[in-house]
Amino acid sequence: MKRLALAVAASLAAIAGSAPAQETPPVSGYQFLLPETQALQDDDFANPGMLWVELGGKLWDEPAGNGTSCQNCHGAPEAMRGVGTRYPQWSQTEGRVISLEQQVNQCRAERQQADPFGYSSQELVSLSALVMHQSRGLPMSVATDGPAASAYRRGKAYYETRRGQLNLACSNCHVDQVGSRLRGEPISQGQVNGFPIYRQLWQDMGSVGRMIAWCNDAVRAEPLAEGSQMAVELELYLRSLGNGLAIETPAVRR
Amino acid sequence: MRNTRIRVPETAAAGDIVEIRAMIMHPMDNGFTYTTQGTLIPVDIVTDFTCTYLDEEVVHVRLEPGISANPYFSFRLRALRTGKVEFAWVDQHGEKTVAEALLTVK
Ligand code: HEC
Ligand code: HEC
Repeated sequence: MKRLALAVAASLAAIAGSAPAQETPPVSGYQFLLPETQALQDDDFANPGMLWVELGGKLWDEPAGNGTSCQNCHGAPEAMRGVGTRYPQWSQTEGRVISLEQQVNQCRAERQQADPFGYSSQELVSLSALVMHQSRGLPMSVATDGPAASAYRRGKAYYETRRGQLNLACSNCHVDQVGSRLRGEPISQGQVNGFPIYRQLWQDMGSVGRMIAWCNDAVRAEPLAEGSQMAVELELYLRSLGNGLAIETPAVRR
Repeated sequence: MRNTRIRVPETAAAGDIVEIRAMIMHPMDNGFTYTTQGTLIPVDIVTDFTCTYLDEEVVHVRLEPGISANPYFSFRLRALRTGKVEFAWVDQHGEKTVAEALLTVK
């Protein structure tokens, strides 16, 4: 991490304050991967992310709290096809935009009367991977208007604001520097259509929130807490940037 | 018991060479990494993987620290008779995870 930050400082000191943003069509992070990594994602057996999807499948059938399981109310996980394309989404009951992880935890706390899962827990990322996987191949289509409009605007503002010791905004890398290399790694558009992703660097599965915190750290900024309202609103903006891109969950990334 | 994934073809002709695949969900902590709070994560690895077919051990792997998380093995097996293909993973604490599938030979 420290080495990445230093390299970022060295290679981006020059570009900070360069080129204006351009309107480009969304491109999945998949297109920026080496062929070996693409092959790993495409192989439903070897793709390590499928371990989490399967674990999610086991949790789906497991009674919790008051003795109900996700399956009791929702039927087979396949019934969730399409749901993942809409999140983060405005929640009438919460009066704010919530992430898929928060929706799952809401069911768990209110409908199963069980302790909610930790936001970065293996259980929650597994259930989220299971639900998102059901929408694999469908285009992301989050709503950014109506009651979600102000959350969308705050997410966009965060994305475009410079921060951290390196004084870089998300857009300075993921809009202005797409295709440039950072320590040999091509910078992608930072799309989230593959999340939760299996990241080889982490040797683990992570949510969008975990990735945001990682990128915050890369510019030596205070990491946004996973599951905080700002992180969820930023996720809404990130997903809107990729509206129309096919969902790939579980994607494999470096 | 940990989460595992195995793939064994359902059927094969006698004498066929078939592909077997097995994966276990395991962090394979090598003892050199730290949590975000700065504490060392102790070594935690799977030490042995075996595959048994027709009650005979056909593959035995000894794993060491430094092997990546979620170790995945793929190998070939000659189908002889209908029987169970059994998998076992043992971690450094002796905890065992097993899985099995039936291979039907026609
Ligand atoms: C007691 C019944 C019950 C249980 C148990 C339950 N849910 Fe729900 N869930 C609901 C209801 C009711 C809704 C709201 C339906 C709606 O308004 O679309 C819902 C909504 C959802 C949604 C959002 C659907 C959408 O269209 O936006 C997801 C995702 C979800 N549940 C996942 C889960 C998971 C995962 C579990 C298990 C951890 C679970 N639920 C357990 C009843 C339940
Ligand atoms: C210093 C440059 C830099 C900045 C600034 C930066 N990132 Fe990243 N980001 C990277 C690199 C490098 C990667 C890994 C390679 C890739 O996919 O681009 C990455 C990956 C990502 C991914 C994963 C893409 C995928 O395909 O799975 C997301 C999402 C992301 N960044 C979001 C953000 C957000 C949100 C911000 C602002 C808080 C941000 N990034 C700021 C460099 C940066």
